[in-house]
Amino acid sequence: MTETLTGAQITVRLLERQGIRTVAGIPGGAILPIYDALGQSTAIHHVLARHEQGAGFMAQGMARATGQPAVCLASSGPGATNLLTAIADAKLDSIPLVAITGQVPKAMIGTDAFQEVDTYGLSIPITKHNFLVSSAEELLEVIPRAFRIAASGRPGPVLVDIPKDVQTQAIEISEWPQPGRAEPAPAADSALIEQAAAMINAAERPILYLGGGVIHSGASAAAIELAEKASLPTVMTLMALGAMPVDHPLAMGMLGMHAARYTNLALDECDLLIAVGARFDDRATGKVAAFCPQAKIIHIDIDPAELDKIKTAHIGITADIGEALGQLLPAVFENSRKNWVDRSNALKTEFPFDLHSTDNPRSHFGLIQSVAACLDDDAIIATDVGQHQMWVAQAYPLRRPRQWLTSGGLGTMGFGVPAAIGAALAERERTVVCFTGDGSIMMNIQELVTAAEENVNLKIVLMDNATLGLVHQQQTLFYGERLFASQFRSSPDFIKIAQGFGIAAVDLDASANPCATLMEAISRPGPCLIHASIDAEQKVYPMVPPGAANRDMIGA
Amino acid sequence: MNAINRNEQNALARAVLEIDVNNHAGVMSHVVGLFSRRSYNVEGILCLPVGDSRQSRIWLLVNEDLRLAQMMKQVEKLEDVIAIRRHNADHAVFQDLETFFRP
Repeated sequence: MTETLTGAQITVRLLERQGIRTVAGIPGGAILPIYDALGQSTAIHHVLARHEQGAGFMAQGMARATGQPAVCLASSGPGATNLLTAIADAKLDSIPLVAITGQVPKAMIGTDAFQEVDTYGLSIPITKHNFLVSSAEELLEVIPRAFRIAASGRPGPVLVDIPKDVQTQAIEISEWPQPGRAEPAPAADSALIEQAAAMINAAERPILYLGGGVIHSGASAAAIELAEKASLPTVMTLMALGAMPVDHPLAMGMLGMHAARYTNLALDECDLLIAVGARFDDRATGKVAAFCPQAKIIHIDIDPAELDKIKTAHIGITADIGEALGQLLPAVFENSRKNWVDRSNALKTEFPFDLHSTDNPRSHFGLIQSVAACLDDDAIIATDVGQHQMWVAQAYPLRRPRQWLTSGGLGTMGFGVPAAIGAALAERERTVVCFTGDGSIMMNIQELVTAAEENVNLKIVLMDNATLGLVHQQQTLFYGERLFASQFRSSPDFIKIAQGFGIAAVDLDASANPCATLMEAISRPGPCLIHASIDAEQKVYPMVPPGAANRDMIGA
Repeated sequence: MNAINRNEQNALARAVLEIDVNNHAGVMSHVVGLFSRRSYNVEGILCLPVGDSRQSRIWLLVNEDLRLAQMMKQVEKLEDVIAIRRHNADHAVFQDLETFFRP
């Protein structure tokens, strides 16, 4: 049967066929034909963000929570430029995102038309791939391909820019393309896997170093199995938190700039580093030349360009992590590795992580622990960016993959609230908690009204120290205590703001029993802002000063 | 005017990259963007369609640099890049063009 459909209708139909059920966006002139078609769709729920960056992060939240590509929409010009930060964030954290933007009609491109911007050119360096669509027919190829590219190999954002006249062009359709799905990665080279297994079997002090790729690949269980079989103490990057439960006996926590001392000291002693889906980011490695100075390196990653980029690997394997670990497991010997496991446990005892004043819910760590006490492992934990993010990374008992949503690579303040809304939209049955700061929340605070409108089960824990905490910390430690532009001289009344946006709010400062107030706020369905003042003098410790070796940690 | 003259340039180690790409608007921008954003100068560029014009071939003359291997991997990752091959600087493709580039 042949149907006559416009480019806009084709786009919406292709999204439906792709299995997309929720999209986030904001309409505008150049994308109105698509919105007109979207309004007729009974399958897709559109979430109206209040800023395009919010829409981008909502889509990210959906993608991070589910592992499936998610969609955001924006109009041309400022709509598209407002999306860019969320797209760049997705690129650095390898999140599958399909961004669809309207563009001025083809004939007007290049004329400085109203709301015209070179979206294609602007998005080249921050997307995995991008398209400027020149006909309605082309959509049939481009849209499924955009999803395939976003989901295949190392995931990433794809932008599809669609001129308005392409959206209104009507064509006859007799056959629909298959939805775009992730293509399987080529299998790991079995000879290299054998060499890697031999190296692990021969190592005396190996460490397993898990990155976000383990989460993307769905390979957490395989990574834990490998660690257990070969008795590998295991460190995780910020992006990998949750891959191995924090309380697993082999878990050595997050490595790098804000690691526990024992974590970085164990890395200093290891003779083999098995890097799995990790990219040797500078926040993880510190001074690269001094990172794991005694270690040989096995590096497994789905992106061949990551191998030898920062550190030259003795064995570099390009593969999907789950597939490679599946091959590696039978070739690795069971080994209790008693001396090394004892040694790493001794480091834990000798240089423990200091969760000081955990029992006081008005302290930063105490608050995080009190929130954790109200939740189980089904909850999703999102953060914004700053001190609170690092404290939550250090102190929250993360135990499952995709439990943890944070902006790692780009470190985008303003990520938390919209990403948490997206996660709550995608996983309606879960409670989503967003830890944020008074600096971060202000960067996308308009999305509180979206949370109210969608009635998402989101609890925002606002750790308010009336400063840009990490800036304050660096100025205190490394700029002679010359505090400048890091303390807010005026702060809004966050309780009134939340209520003004239509969501419930509680102030732990005013509560005689903050733990009970917290429990009540978290167990009540729907969105809620939980405000808690914290001490501005608290630092994220330990800390590796920028540019220093990981062993040279200061504080705590 | 470059800080180093043409003779000195020629004394630097060079490499020639041959890149097969899909022929459509934007591909060149993707390729050279990878170089420019790393402030990796491209000394020479040649590009013409190949065969039925569905593909093009881009020839790049670049300075030999520690980053070159990483650059080639990044180029290879681009969706529209079909293949990349590396040649020595004495490859004929740019040498034969010298006559068009006399000061």
